[in-house]
Amino acid sequence: MNTGIKYRIGKSNVFKIIIIILASACVLPLLAILYYILKEGVSHINWDLLVEVPKPVGETGGGIVNALVGSLIIVFFAAIIAIPLGVMCGIYLSENKSTRLAYWSRLAVDVLQGVPSIVIGIIAYFWVVKPMHVFSAFSGSIALAIMMLPIVVRSTEETLKLLPDTLKEAALALGLPYHRAIMRVIIPCGISGIISGAILSVARVAGETAPLLFTAFGNPYLTTNIAKPMQSLPLLIFNYATSPYEDWHNLAWGASLMLLIWVLLLNIITKITTRKWRVQF
Amino acid sequence: MDNIPENSLITRGGENSRVITSLGGTEKAKAKRLKRSFRQIRAESAFKRTLIITALIVLIVVIGIMLTLTVQSTLSMKTLGFKFLWGKVWDPVRLIFGAYPFLVGTLFTSFLALIISIPFSFSVAIFLGEYYPRGWFSDTLKNVIELIAAIPSVIYGFWGLFVLVPIVRNFEAKVGATPIGLGILSSSIILAIMIIPYAASMGREMIRMVPSPLKEAAYAMGATRWEVIRSVILPYTKSGLFAGLLLSLGRALGETMAVTMVIGNTSIIPKNIFSMGNTMASVIANEFTEAANPVYLSALIELGLVLFLVTVVINMIGKRIIKRFANV
Repeated sequence: MNTGIKYRIGKSNVFKIIIIILASACVLPLLAILYYILKEGVSHINWDLLVEVPKPVGETGGGIVNALVGSLIIVFFAAIIAIPLGVMCGIYLSENKSTRLAYWSRLAVDVLQGVPSIVIGIIAYFWVVKPMHVFSAFSGSIALAIMMLPIVVRSTEETLKLLPDTLKEAALALGLPYHRAIMRVIIPCGISGIISGAILSVARVAGETAPLLFTAFGNPYLTTNIAKPMQSLPLLIFNYATSPYEDWHNLAWGASLMLLIWVLLLNIITKITTRKWRVQF
Repeated sequence: MDNIPENSLITRGGENSRVITSLGGTEKAKAKRLKRSFRQIRAESAFKRTLIITALIVLIVVIGIMLTLTVQSTLSMKTLGFKFLWGKVWDPVRLIFGAYPFLVGTLFTSFLALIISIPFSFSVAIFLGEYYPRGWFSDTLKNVIELIAAIPSVIYGFWGLFVLVPIVRNFEAKVGATPIGLGILSSSIILAIMIIPYAASMGREMIRMVPSPLKEAAYAMGATRWEVIRSVILPYTKSGLFAGLLLSLGRALGETMAVTMVIGNTSIIPKNIFSMGNTMASVIANEFTEAANPVYLSALIELGLVLFLVTVVINMIGKRIIKRFANV
């Protein structure tokens, strides 16, 4: 009777229901996190949070302006380093599909994508902090740039691969030199993919803490000097969340909400960019 | 037939031909043209060289990472030797360094997280790949899963510390374990949430790639939905699903912040899922800046090297499998 048609259909339906339930359950953690961060964060967001530096332990109030500014500066410099480099490398990989350098370079990008973020932190410590004898925002930018590189390279390469060869051939046939064919024809055609890859890479590293632990290090004061230690949002959240002080927890909730909004906004922008100007050929 | 679109081309051709006839020009104009084309040739080769240099930079960065890790951990390799990996005690004060507790902690949390996440990620993959590939609900689910991957790990850690840890503490009190809350179980749950998106999206892609004639043939023979999934889709995609699991395992092994915040940071060998522990990544995060002794620092870097090698190998195997699968 085990192979009766009713039994089999029933079994199929049971599994369908189980799968629907389990799949829907994956929404719960996201909702729980969003709900909790919103609930705790909104009650601690106020004007002071945005314009003041943290007060010493024991005094209530204070803000996280040092972390906001620090995060922006560190991520900005990381983007300036990583995006041009990554886009150029992506162009190379899509233009030279089968050279030996392209093979090794592609392998390197694959490896880089899987390197744990804490290891990148160690690397930036030895490459920048140790020679300069001081923790600095710049070393944090280097660490984040190394993390951004594979994302930018990959998205550029994947986008440009979709473009037909005839485009470039037409440009070259019209007598354009190679670099102008790339810059004026190929890049504008794939610009949406490249931009969304760049934004995605920023979104990915904006919330990274581990590479900043031994590089940007954190700083309770507002600073814009990239050769000095600097606070950033994720670092502040980590340090204050693991501290035993209630006031600091409150600052960390506010900071978490800001970080979350920032990261989710960047992700949504990426989505819209890819959907709006999809590369079509 | 009069206003054919080629019309415009013809006039353009006419203009071009006029340009060509005027190429003769004076000596001065000739020199200028020559200069310009030389400049363009130079720019062209400079551009090509820049492209090659950027590709080299990426390669050099990776080689540099390996070299730096190896060079900086030579001291610990020399003084501690192979027993570093199997030493059971980690006591920086007495300069005893054994990485075994962290190896166990890392593998324990990662595999537990993987086991917790498998039912969920496979369900999402089957749901989005087979049952409902389209529609508003599956779009929402897909976006939600992507957002789970987008949330920074430090926020997972913070949330885990204040929401999950008390829940786990209550649970522990009920089952009779020491009610701490921090420990292997909490970090595995957080890790499981964090790695669901990787295996799920990979699995969805793989399930989409199953040729529909295969499925249709099975349906035509009277198979039910479940039988098609079990005996056609899963066997066809098993290597791809395995690769997705490998990639999410690689994520879990290297994850630092969320684990550091909820695992309790005690350098002991974890005995059961309720005990506290430490992973390779979390011990580096906690102790790197306070490691004053050169051997201590070097030992931490050797941990980093081990972590690097393990994650890279796992990622490489996963990607190889996917590439082979996609080419079939």
